[in-house]
Amino acid sequence: MKREIPVAITFIVGTAYLIAYFIPHKPFNYFENWFNDWFAVIAAFAIWLGVLNLIKISTIKIFQKKPDWPYSVLIIISFVIIVFFGFYEGYKGLYAHPSYSFRDPGTSFDWLYVNVYTPLSATMFALLAFFVASASYRAFRARNFEATLLLLAAFFVMLGRVPVGDILTSWLPHQYQLSQWANWIMNVPNTAGQRAIMIGIALGLVSTSLRIILGLERSYLGND
Amino acid sequence: MKFNNLFRFSVLFRFLLISSLLILLLLISSSVFGQDKPVVSDTLNYDSIITASKPLPPVDIQVKDEPGDAGGAINISWKPSPDEKNGKVKEYLILRSKSKSGPFKEAGNTTVGVTSYTDNKADIGVGFYYKVASLNFDKENGNYLWKSMGESEIYGPVKSTAQWFNVKRLNIFIGIIILCAAIIYFIFAAKSGKSFYIRKIAGIEEVENAVGRATEMGRAIYYIPGINDMDDVQTLASMTILGRVATFAAENDTRIDVPVSRSLVMVTAKEMVREAYSKVGRPDSFHEDQVRYITDDQFGYAAAIDGLFVREKPATIFMIGAFFAESLIIAETGNSIGAIQIAGTAMPAQLPFFVAACDYTLIGEELFAASAYLSREPKLLGSLKGQDFGKAVFLIAIIIGVILESFGIPFSKYFMAH
Repeated sequence: MKREIPVAITFIVGTAYLIAYFIPHKPFNYFENWFNDWFAVIAAFAIWLGVLNLIKISTIKIFQKKPDWPYSVLIIISFVIIVFFGFYEGYKGLYAHPSYSFRDPGTSFDWLYVNVYTPLSATMFALLAFFVASASYRAFRARNFEATLLLLAAFFVMLGRVPVGDILTSWLPHQYQLSQWANWIMNVPNTAGQRAIMIGIALGLVSTSLRIILGLERSYLGND
Repeated sequence: MKFNNLFRFSVLFRFLLISSLLILLLLISSSVFGQDKPVVSDTLNYDSIITASKPLPPVDIQVKDEPGDAGGAINISWKPSPDEKNGKVKEYLILRSKSKSGPFKEAGNTTVGVTSYTDNKADIGVGFYYKVASLNFDKENGNYLWKSMGESEIYGPVKSTAQWFNVKRLNIFIGIIILCAAIIYFIFAAKSGKSFYIRKIAGIEEVENAVGRATEMGRAIYYIPGINDMDDVQTLASMTILGRVATFAAENDTRIDVPVSRSLVMVTAKEMVREAYSKVGRPDSFHEDQVRYITDDQFGYAAAIDGLFVREKPATIFMIGAFFAESLIIAETGNSIGAIQIAGTAMPAQLPFFVAACDYTLIGEELFAASAYLSREPKLLGSLKGQDFGKAVFLIAIIIGVILESFGIPFSKYFMAH
């Protein structure tokens, strides 16, 4: 039964979803919203599993003095601080006149969000610029024919996307200027490649979904 | 001499000060007292303008129930008013009433050039009458100076009804039926013992070697299942691959760590890894902290993974699932520590990053094929063959479409669009 019930639920929900895509009549048109709501409710309860797991593993690491345990202290402290200010401001805002949310501007929670969380997130995102540079350097090394083709395409696209590209080729007719080359590379070979990948992804999605709905692929249930 | 200079400077300074004050005063007075008022001549005859500017109504109006919907929508289409070319039409108004005798109220409007409108506020089963009017007007500061309207005849009554089949998705329906039939046929063929040739996929072939490398080096394997939840098919596919990878790791008694960003993924991944260790007879080798929740936050997750990579220096990293902007941050850090990296995603925008930073990349469909490929189960391999059949059908359809379009036969374009 441990296997059959989840497989049956998967079959019923998967088939209902598929039918609802083609039948817009009641009650099928409500299915998508119903299932999404169910998923949101289950995921909301499941967040506690994640939180408890994080606290449990960090606490064990601290008490057992495992390698890098000071990071776990930081995790616990950060968690307690943000949760405390969230609940504190939420409680205060509930009884204030007019009432406000813990996320409203001016609250201590918002201060932490704007001055601690946002800069940290922005820092991580900003790292991307350097990683793009190092990855591009490796990808564009002309080691073989394909890599050389990639390098040339990238060269023309990058140069065609900035004004200097057209200035360098201003002596040519408009349709042969670098910006037009870049547009052609992006619109023709690049789009063709992307569409081929998209078709493959769509076929793979249908195939995987069918395997899951029919219960052929059930290893995700932990019973292989 | 010195005094004279000082005197001249002081006079010049006073002159500049007084003149700038005067200019400022002028500016303020003009803005306060001289507000821009519409310059409308009292003698202007609006009636003559309205009569002269009245546009002809649009023609060939068609009002019908929106096909393939849940009801509540009526589609109105028309051909442009002959006066559109003369610049006498600025907008089209759609007027609606429950009675033929009116009153007609505005249901919506469109700009010039648009020749259809869908009234999404039509009650199911209620008959509505429609008129479409060409509107000409002149506006100043958002207010109409005058407006002139040419109304069409009355059309209707039209009722909106809920449909039992969305005809707009007929092409998708036919495609899915063909594909599903092919997949099911090949699954049954595989079950009956027919063997198929499945092309080799380098990234999947290398999974066992990558696990073996970690065993030889005595270091851990990291498996990153992306940042989407269990409602994403990519995450589901990732979980099935995790099961196979964890089995290889358990067989070699190599530690596999799975830091996740979603609670439900954590629960599933924990079950998968525990099961893998039990299956190979090493249930005691599994530790609870091997699969752990980090955070739902995208960059918080990326930062944590980067930290783990740099401190623990895993020998092998799998990044399989749905990735977004964090893909390159994680993959480049993995690359910098010298780990062998196998990535797989169906996010086309992230594929170039993985190709640049990883040793092997499962591109799109290969991600979905991986679990079947690794399992070597005939029925799952049969589904891969069905997938390949679907690809062949697409290829033939594209070739036929190109030929038909080249000869000016728009059948394929019409079929795909409707």
